[in-house]
Amino acid sequence: MARIDRRRLLKLSGAGTVAASAGGLAGILASGRAPAYAQAATVHWLRWSDFVPASDQLLRNKIVPQCEKDIGIKLNLETVNANDIQARITSAVQSGSGPDIIMVVNNWPRLYEASVADVSDVAEEIGKAQGGYYDIAQTINNVGGKWIGVPWAIGGGLLTNRTSWFAEIGYSEGKFPGTWEEYRAAGKKLKAAGRPFGQTLGHTFGDAPGFWYPYLWSWGGKEVEADGKTVALNSKETIESVKFAVGFWKDCCDEGGLAWDDSSNNRAFLSGTISSTNNGASIYLEAKKKPDAYLTEKGTPLWKDIFHTRLPKGPDGQFALPGPFTDMVMSYSKNQKPAKDFLRWVHSKPVFEQWFTSQQGYTDGATKYWEEDPVWNIDPVLLPFRDLPNVGRLVGYAGPPGRAAAEAVTKYIIVDMYTKAVQGMSAEDAVKWAHEELVKVYA
Amino acid sequence: MTFTYAAATPYAGIPRRGPLTRLLEDERWLAVALLLPTVLLLGLFIAYPFVKGVELSVTDAKVGVPGHFVGLQNFAQIWNDGIFHVAVWNTCLYTAVTTVFKLALGLWLALLLNNNFKGKAFTRAFILLPFIIPTVLSTLAWKWMFDPTFSVINYLLFQLGIIHARINWLGDPNLALISVIIVNVWRGVPFYAISLLAGLQTISPELHEAAAIDGARAWQRFRHVTWPLLLPVTLVIVLFSVIQTFADFQLVYVLTGGGPANATQLFATYAYQIGIGTGLLSQGATISLAVFPVLLLVVIVQLLYIRRVETH
Repeated sequence: MARIDRRRLLKLSGAGTVAASAGGLAGILASGRAPAYAQAATVHWLRWSDFVPASDQLLRNKIVPQCEKDIGIKLNLETVNANDIQARITSAVQSGSGPDIIMVVNNWPRLYEASVADVSDVAEEIGKAQGGYYDIAQTINNVGGKWIGVPWAIGGGLLTNRTSWFAEIGYSEGKFPGTWEEYRAAGKKLKAAGRPFGQTLGHTFGDAPGFWYPYLWSWGGKEVEADGKTVALNSKETIESVKFAVGFWKDCCDEGGLAWDDSSNNRAFLSGTISSTNNGASIYLEAKKKPDAYLTEKGTPLWKDIFHTRLPKGPDGQFALPGPFTDMVMSYSKNQKPAKDFLRWVHSKPVFEQWFTSQQGYTDGATKYWEEDPVWNIDPVLLPFRDLPNVGRLVGYAGPPGRAAAEAVTKYIIVDMYTKAVQGMSAEDAVKWAHEELVKVYA
Repeated sequence: MTFTYAAATPYAGIPRRGPLTRLLEDERWLAVALLLPTVLLLGLFIAYPFVKGVELSVTDAKVGVPGHFVGLQNFAQIWNDGIFHVAVWNTCLYTAVTTVFKLALGLWLALLLNNNFKGKAFTRAFILLPFIIPTVLSTLAWKWMFDPTFSVINYLLFQLGIIHARINWLGDPNLALISVIIVNVWRGVPFYAISLLAGLQTISPELHEAAAIDGARAWQRFRHVTWPLLLPVTLVIVLFSVIQTFADFQLVYVLTGGGPANATQLFATYAYQIGIGTGLLSQGATISLAVFPVLLLVVIVQLLYIRRVETH
C-alpha cells in the first residue's frame, strides 16, 4: 500500500478543498481529486420508492459507489413510500435531525420553506448549464429569487389507452377523441361493451388530483384569482364541469373508482377491466417488463396494445398536472456543503443521464436539455410524455402553488366536489360546498 | 489492672448504614424513590407530549415555524370546519357501533372458549391472530377483499347467487363506513374475548354449581352469577377499547384515506391530514385535542361506575 506522508496529504487535500470551494463540480473534476472533508463526508438522501424499480436499483448499485469514487462522499440512500415522506420531514424538522437531502413531490417544497437551505447557487448553475428549467419547476422552487430546492425531474400523467378497443369504435391510426364530449361518447360505447374508463374519485394523493384539476381547468374553472386570495371556484364554468362529470361518470367510468387508490387503476388496466385511465407511464412499463404475464383477451402481449394521449380539450383548453420532484437540502443539516456538492455531481450530465435513461420516459428532466435525450427515440409509445411539462399548470391556479393550495389538495376539496356530485348532490351545491371550504383555506 | 479495649469492630451481621439507606428507611422518601421511575416515564411519554400538544394548539405553529400565541383561534376555526364536524360524527358512530359489536361477540367467544373441549389451547391462540398481525398488514388484506373490482367477498356472494351486481364496499359512503367498522370489529374481538376469558376464569365454578343445584338455568346463571362478577373487568376492557377506537388511525388511513368525500374521516386521520399533510401543526394538534374532553368524560363516568360496582 502506497505510503502517504504529511506533505502529500496536505497537497492532495488542498487540491480537493480549493477545487470544491472555488470551482464547484468543474473544479472537482478538473483536479481529479475528491474534495477533502475532515472525514469522509456522508450524505443521507431520502427519496420515494420509485415507480420504476430499475431506477432505484441503479441508484443503489451504481450511483452510490460511483459517488464515493468520484467525489469522496459516502451516500446513504434511503427510499420510502411517497405517502410516508411528509411524516418523515415533519419529525426531522421538528427534532432538528434527519436526512441531509429530502426528495419531495408536487408543491411540497412550499410547505417547508422555513426549514430548507438556500440552494440558489446549485440550482442556477444546473439550470444555466442545461437549457433552463421548465416554468413549473421554477415556480415551485424559486421564491422571491431564492431557490428553496433543486428541481430533480418532472413526472405526470397522460391517458393510457387500449389501442384495439378504441380501434373497434373507430379511433385508429393516431385518432383519439379530442374533446370531453367525444371522449364521453367513446366511453359510453366502451362501457356498454364492458370496457369502462377507470378514474379515481377517492382520497389518493397522485391520480385523484392528477385528473380532476386539469379537468376543472379545461372547463375554465379555477380555485382562486391570480392574487392568490380571492376564491373563484363558484363559477358557471365550474358548475358546468361538475354537471358534465356526473354524466361522464355514469356513462363511461368504472364506478368502483370512488374507492380507488393510486395503484388500483394500474391493476384494473393490467387485468383488462378498463380501457382508458389517466396515469404515469408505469402501466405501460410494467406490461412491457412482463409481456408473458399481461396479455390481451386475444393472448397477445398487452404492452403492444397501449398508447398514450393527453387529456381531452375542454372549452378553455387542454391541461395536465405534472408532478415536479425536488431535492431539498435541509437547514438543520450539518452537511450542507457536501450535500450541495453531491447535487452538483448527480445532476452533471453523465451521471444524471444514467438515471434518466433508467426511467425510460416515466419522467421528464426538470431542465429543457433532457427533451433532446436519446431515451425519447427508444420507444415512440412513451414520446407523448416528453411534452408534458409544457402543458402543465400547478395546483392553486391562478394563484401561486403555496401552502393554501397544498391544504386544498390535502383536504381533497376539488376531488370531493366531484365525488359529492357523483354521489347525488346537485352540481350547484357541490360547487358551493367546495367554494366555502376553499374560502376557509385561503382566509 | 489495666484493660485493653479491643478496637471497636462493627458486628459483621449488621451492615454499615449509609446516609442513603437511612434516608430510604423513612417511608415517605422510599415511596418517592419507588415512584420516581414511573413518574419520569409518565412525564416523558405522556405528560410532555400532552403539554406540548396543548401548547401547539394555542399557537399558529407550522412545520419548522414555532408560531405565536393565538389563544383559542384554532378551536374556533375547527368549530366552523364542516369536515371536522363530519369527522366528529364518524368517530362517535364508529366507536359506539364497534364497541357494542366487539363486546357482544367478544363475550360470546369468551363464554365458548371457557368450556372444555379438544384443542382448547390451540383455538385460544388462533383466536388472537387478528390482534397479533400488524394492523397495516391485515388491513391491506381487507383492502383486497373490499376491492371494487377484485373483491373476493363479491365473488363469493355472486357465485352463491346472493348478489347480481357487485357491491361497491369502499366506494359507497355508507358502505365504506360499515366496511371500516367490520374490520375494526374483526381486529378488536380477540382483545375482548381473551380479556373476558381471563375474567371468567377467576369466577369460582362452585358458584355456578351452587346456582345449578338451586335450580338456576343457564341464562339465569349467566345473568345472576357470571355477569355481575364479570362486570368490573368488562368495564375496564370497554374503557381501554373506547380510548383505542376513538384514536384509531391506521385502519382508516390504509383502507380509505378518509374517503370517499370524507365519509370515513376520523379524528386521527383528519388531524394527520392537516398536521402532517399540510404542515399546520397547531391545527392538527387542535383536532387531536378536541378528542380529549370527550374521552375524559368517558373515563370519569366509567371509573366512577367501576368504583360503584366494586363497592357494592
